Amino acid sequence: MQTSTVIEAKKINKYFYSPGKVQVLKEVTFSVNKGEFVSVMGKSGCGKSTLLYVLSTMDTDYEGQLLLDDHLITDQPSQVLSQLRNEKIGFVFQFHYLIHEFSVLENVMVPGLKLNKLSREEVEHQAMEKLRIFDMHEHAFKKANQLSGGQKQRVSIARALINNPLIIMSDEPTGNLDKKNSDIVFGIFRELVQEFHQTMLMVTHDSELADKTDRTIWMEDGKIVSHL
Amino acid sequence: MKFGLIIEIAKALMLARIKQTMVAAVGVTFSITMFIALLGFMNGLNDLLDGLILNRTPHIRFYNEIKPSEDQPINVFEELTGFYNIIRSVKPSGARVNIYNNEAIIQTLEKDDRISGIAPKITVQVFFNVGNVDIPGSLNGIQVVEENRLFAFSDYVVAGDFMNLQNTATSIILGKGAADRIMAEIGDYVQVTTAQGNRLLLKVVGYYQSGLGELDNIQSYVSLATAQKMIGESASYVTDIQVKLHDFTLAPAMAKEYSTIFDIQADDIQTVNAQFETGSDIRSMISYAVGITFLVVSGFGIYNILNMMIYEKMDTIAILKAIGFSGTDVQQIFTSIAISIGFVGGVLGLIFGYFACLGIEQIPFETEALPTIKTFPVNFNPKFYLIGGVFSLVTTYFAGFFPSRKASKIDPVEIIRGK
Ligand SMILES: Nc1ncnc2c1ncn2[C@@H]1O[C@H](COP(=O)(O)OP(=O)(O)OP(=O)(O)O)[C@@H](O)[C@H]1O
Ligand SMILES: [Mg+2]
Repeated sequence: MQTSTVIEAKKINKYFYSPGKVQVLKEVTFSVNKGEFVSVMGKSGCGKSTLLYVLSTMDTDYEGQLLLDDHLITDQPSQVLSQLRNEKIGFVFQFHYLIHEFSVLENVMVPGLKLNKLSREEVEHQAMEKLRIFDMHEHAFKKANQLSGGQKQRVSIARALINNPLIIMSDEPTGNLDKKNSDIVFGIFRELVQEFHQTMLMVTHDSELADKTDRTIWMEDGKIVSHL
Repeated sequence: MKFGLIIEIAKALMLARIKQTMVAAVGVTFSITMFIALLGFMNGLNDLLDGLILNRTPHIRFYNEIKPSEDQPINVFEELTGFYNIIRSVKPSGARVNIYNNEAIIQTLEKDDRISGIAPKITVQVFFNVGNVDIPGSLNGIQVVEENRLFAFSDYVVAGDFMNLQNTATSIILGKGAADRIMAEIGDYVQVTTAQGNRLLLKVVGYYQSGLGELDNIQSYVSLATAQKMIGESASYVTDIQVKLHDFTLAPAMAKEYSTIFDIQADDIQTVNAQFETGSDIRSMISYAVGITFLVVSGFGIYNILNMMIYEKMDTIAILKAIGFSGTDVQQIFTSIAISIGFVGGVLGLIFGYFACLGIEQIPFETEALPTIKTFPVNFNPKFYLIGGVFSLVTTYFAGFFPSRKASKIDPVEIIRGK
């Protein structure tokens, strides 16, 4: 089976201009294949989060080229990028960003409703299925702010999955959790990769976790120093 | 479907801040209520004051003015054409205020279908003889039925039946002020002397009160026939022809037209009452200005609340953008919030405004000067409700515009990093 590339970065350069001109990403070139579980490691401040925001299409202020699913997405209008983010990229943050005004179920449903490919009932059914994967279906009708940190993180992973994205990106998804919860979340990630062949890109500080991924990208001072 | 989601999110955000949202809506409700009440009341008063004058004023009045002839005989004298003929102290000759050939004129006017009614009139200057004193007065000889049809005569007859003027020979309806001065009760006889020296006894059958004190002190009414009898003229004698039109805006043009055809004076209502129009316009303008000021103030309320909401909900906005909502979507969410506040507040405002108008209409308002009015007048013109409704939506849209645009420009990366 030929492995296809899900996301590819070509010579990405990024600068910050305040206080002075600082280059935070230097000629970053790499790609993630379909079904791969890739981790990104490096010292604090080396540019991991910055790279992830560029890859997520939320940050468009960079040089170089970005390809998603073999299509060039650099310099696409923001409307198109929003659409791509909605359909093809799932994002899990370190801090569980849920919409507090909505129930757990509704939080998971929102990207699905936004995509507008399935009826409301179908989206609801799908959302319930995703919650079931993480044992969160019992909490479906709670308000988002009634959950513990680990539970919130599981809900946000379910939300990232709702549109069956090409890739899930996460920035230290376990960084804010204790050992037990972080093991649960990582376990879910592994399961997603093994059972559902979900492509994953995860920034982490935990070398123990990184060791269990298919490949680790090491960064240092804005540059990639090794792919292992 | 996609718009449904935007509305759903807007609703959730509003419910999360229900108190502030309600305060903003109440602001709109209050201003629309005031707007409707103010305009309804102001225009009710306008109509009343205009009606006081305009309803009783003919749209066109034909009459003969007592003035010296433009064509003095010397101008006709052929030997002096081409010379400067200067005549000093020209006096009018034999005042002929009768409209010559008025029956023909009336017949011609009746054929014009722009005209809705014609009422001939005679004005007679008289003295009421009360003991040794003579009190001056002005009698209007009218065609009772036609006068009532065109100028709501009966509305202003405050005592007695106006039809008695026609049914009782040599009767008079006295102006209220005049009646008080000569102390005449209904059923009494008053003696009048005309300028020509004719004396006549008239039976008082009613009082007339227009609301304009000055008028009521001197103006009284008799029938056309009585007036003709008083001055010893035939039934063809008429001093004024009053005309009402279907569309009174045509009055100036038609006055000019007939003035030349008949070669008599013709006054139109616009020229005679220009100042009333101006007064009404200014009152309307002031009420619009005040109403719109209210709305603008409530607009600032909405602006504040949206700004606050956006500030508090930065995280939510960042998440929405991260999961694929575009700037336009976010802008639409906050614009819908603004419009919903405006819509709900506006509809309630229109309803309360309507009730406020009903309330004002119940407040007793009785004054000597306005016999037909028992409570405050209110105008329920749907136009005000339409304007109020449209304005509430427009102001809230603009109040929501800048905060919404701000929300649409929020950079999710900045928010997510900021944690
Ligand atoms: N908005 C900004 N303006 C200027 N400099 C910035 C800005 N955001 C980040 N930086 C700088 O860019 C560099 C990379 O930041 P980044 O957040 O990508 O690091 P990181 O590898 O994710 O670190 P950590 O492991 O601590 O999360 C840092 O030196 C940081 O100070
Ligand atoms: Mg980071």
